[in-house]
Amino acid sequence: MNIKTLQSKSIEYRKTILEIIYKSGAGHTAGSLSCIDILNVLYNKILKVDPSNFNSNDRNHYIQSKGHSVEALYTILCDKGFYTKEQLLTLNKFNSHFIGHPTRKVFGVEHNTGALGHGLSVAVGMAIGFKLDTKPYSVFTLLGDGELSEGSVWEGLMTANKYNLDNLIIIIDRNRLQITGETENVNPLEPLKEKFTSFGLSVKEVNGNSVEDLINVFKEVPFENKKPNVIIANTIKGKGVSFIENEVVWHHKVPDDDQYTKAIDELNKQKIQLEND
Amino acid sequence: MIEKANLEVFSETLLDLARHDKDIVVVTSDSRGSGKLTNFGKELPDQIIEVGIAEQNLVAICAGLSAVGKKVFGVSPSSFLTARALEQIKNDIAYSNHPVTLVGISSGVSYGQLGSTHHSIHDIAVLRAINNLNIVIPCDNFETKKIIQAAVNFNEPLFVRFGKKPMLKIHNDNQSFKIGKGISIKEGKDLVFIATGETVQRAYKAIEILEKDNFKCTLISMHTIKPFDESLFLDSIKHTRGIITLEEHSESGGLGERCSSILAQKKITTNFKIIGFPDEYMINGSQSDVLDHYNMEPKRLAEIAKNLIS
Ligand SMILES: Cc1ncc(C[n+]2csc(CCOP(=O)(O)OP(=O)(O)O)c2C)c(N)n1
Ligand SMILES: [Mg+2]
Repeated sequence: MNIKTLQSKSIEYRKTILEIIYKSGAGHTAGSLSCIDILNVLYNKILKVDPSNFNSNDRNHYIQSKGHSVEALYTILCDKGFYTKEQLLTLNKFNSHFIGHPTRKVFGVEHNTGALGHGLSVAVGMAIGFKLDTKPYSVFTLLGDGELSEGSVWEGLMTANKYNLDNLIIIIDRNRLQITGETENVNPLEPLKEKFTSFGLSVKEVNGNSVEDLINVFKEVPFENKKPNVIIANTIKGKGVSFIENEVVWHHKVPDDDQYTKAIDELNKQKIQLEND
Repeated sequence: MIEKANLEVFSETLLDLARHDKDIVVVTSDSRGSGKLTNFGKELPDQIIEVGIAEQNLVAICAGLSAVGKKVFGVSPSSFLTARALEQIKNDIAYSNHPVTLVGISSGVSYGQLGSTHHSIHDIAVLRAINNLNIVIPCDNFETKKIIQAAVNFNEPLFVRFGKKPMLKIHNDNQSFKIGKGISIKEGKDLVFIATGETVQRAYKAIEILEKDNFKCTLISMHTIKPFDESLFLDSIKHTRGIITLEEHSESGGLGERCSSILAQKKITTNFKIIGFPDEYMINGSQSDVLDHYNMEPKRLAEIAKNLIS
């Protein structure tokens, strides 16, 4: 899949994210839009996970620790053929398995998340397991930047370092916002890269909304022999829709009719522009 | 009459009190929006401490603030507050005896479709097993206000939980209120409903249905789970034909099992039914859909009541 195809997919994914949030009347809009390029590259280029091999343990694994961005995950799994669009549209409906956080009742979901600060340690467990069996698989996990305030994250990092987990790839969705406001006001994280480095991890920063940059950085894994990998993915929360970008209220705001039409319109224009480039 | 959400009353009451008492401090974990404390933060920025998404940190910091004389309210979603930070509650608050008020917002199944990670249907059970922790659950705006007012100068660790939906007015404003003393809302001989928190409202509606069919029911708002008002419970059930307990919580370890243990140990045999969430993978739905599904729809409650005593 070439860069342009991936970029086009990102736009389609953003439209689906907005559609399912709009139609189900609930969702974490901005966080899903901020991380979708990362999921796009992972599932279409890197992970090699699909419905045919998902039930085997012998494959790469992905845990979405920032579970609230479930619409991004459900959207990509739908595109990968884990279920139909019709099934996806039961999101948040009574008795549907498609609830507002990742659950293993939905085919393709690796781990139940939603309470922040759990995914990394579970990923560490998986990565240690692969090392014990000398299997060549990697474990990827996506964390929010606000999520880094949970102390359990730092416990996991220390274990990752101890066991030299160069098969662990920790991606931080560094959109600089959480529910209350800017991460640097709520609970300052900087200097973030240095924090990870001092914990013994190997860190790279990329533009987390550029599929090209993301592909390149994943190709460099493992960054260093015997060191766990951290990718600080600098993203824009709400990326792709002008009036959602960097607006803190859109953390869990649902678009109304007008906003939905406008957002889809903007994304359609981006698609035309991309095709004409 | 529909009033405000208990959440709203909590935040207004607390802001009112904090304006006149500089020792009141609120601690939040990226939860000031969910706790309706944004105005509090704007008006009294020096009385709100923000710790980021770190509930364990929050609870232990509350203990520290209390230890140096602050009147502390730790506010976070009940699920994270009571599951994530359980050891801090047990050791730093209850065991160490710091009179902090822990406020579990969006409790029970308030988060609806957000699912099990966000539901707190375990909180009463786990906290009941911890010594030196009072547990209070308001059923309406009146009880919420009274609890928050009492909490400021309450000398013991306290846990309060409530939801975020507008509530019916249940009590008159001249009703007396004391933590530890349940309130009898209605009295009738056929059946007794013992409910806690916002499920009192569902029992209230069920009783309205039953009254049309000439059943006379007692309704107790058992707002305090710990210490439990055993004498009110025993008085209320003296001549009844059946008892139904109601809670937005697992059937395990909550109000219903508290009552059943008293009944068994007092050798009282009667028709008795616990209504709460069964031990199963919970169905997906909005808060009210989930409550309805698990027998808490007023119409269904009325049927269960009739069957129980027929
Ligand atoms: C343990 C826990 N505490 C609180 C929450 C509530 N919550 C959901 S999302 C969120 C903010 C997350 O911010 P961030 O990690 O930066 O995610 P993003 O900006 O990518 O949406 C919070 C506090 C939670 N889900 N889990
Ligand atoms: Mg963020």
